[in-house]
Amino acid sequence: MTLIDLANPTRFLALTARLLPWLAAATIILLAIGLYQSASAPDDYQQGATVKIMFIHVPNAWLSMFVWGVMSIASLGTLVWRHPLADVAAKAAAPIGAAFTFLALLTGSLWGRPMWGTYWEWDARLTSVLILFLMYLGLMALWRAVDEPSRAARAAAVLTLVGAINLPIIKFSVDWWNTLHQPASVMRMGGSSLDRSFLIPLLVMAIAFTLLFVTLHLAAMRNEILRRRVRSLQMMQASRVAFSSDVGTGSHEANASKEVGAA
Amino acid sequence: MMMSLGPYASFIVTSYAAAALVVVILIGWIVLDYRSQTVRLRELERSGITRRSGRSATDRS
Repeated sequence: MTLIDLANPTRFLALTARLLPWLAAATIILLAIGLYQSASAPDDYQQGATVKIMFIHVPNAWLSMFVWGVMSIASLGTLVWRHPLADVAAKAAAPIGAAFTFLALLTGSLWGRPMWGTYWEWDARLTSVLILFLMYLGLMALWRAVDEPSRAARAAAVLTLVGAINLPIIKFSVDWWNTLHQPASVMRMGGSSLDRSFLIPLLVMAIAFTLLFVTLHLAAMRNEILRRRVRSLQMMQASRVAFSSDVGTGSHEANASKEVGAA
Repeated sequence: MMMSLGPYASFIVTSYAAAALVVVILIGWIVLDYRSQTVRLRELERSGITRRSGRSATDRS
């Protein structure tokens, strides 16, 4: 099956129906392994057991940016290639990305209180992630505000691509500015600085959460395709009602003119 | 074996519980949305409104 075949929503629905059970099973298995490894990981010599928050915070933080990246590629698909599923993909990803970003902020805050002595600090990393969260909410509001899906799609695609400028700002904020947040310790030049006992559970959890996103995203895309079918059928129904009432009015007028003629 | 979470156990447990809650809400929302859309499509089809292709709107094949 090629990418062009997937442009057909019916074929896409058939593919998701086949893939979703396998993806869901793989997600559950990997999450179970990741959670077990996270629980078994040793305490950090400085942070103690609070290091366990990392196994839930980092995957959510990574997905908060990854999902916006997916939406940006989908937005290019909407604006450049006009792929019929591109807007569906972007719209379906937004609430899931917002949820992951919310979790990154919340778990980061809960990790920050015992480690930094504060739940929140207006530093570059935290503030740029908060802006990302607000942009997700703004995009969702935009899609809801415009009735016509194709008009909403173009406006949302432009906003998504403009918002993508925030991704490198988030990633490099810890290098460009003096922040409370620690610098990158997994994806950095010279390799990870994390010990294997923390790195392996973290990577398993990151893959599990990424699979969770793929599963939820495909399911949400399926729902969005069905929602658009409902909309088009409702419009057909409304036009049939309008047509039949027009015909009804027309026949009344015809009868009325006959009556006038007879008189 | 009981896991010891130290003096900050409440922060760790709250983080995991919040993540679990949000993921459950996401899954629940997606499942309920799917049911709602398929019910609406079937109702429309039952009232005689069908797609131009003639196929069922919930058709996946």
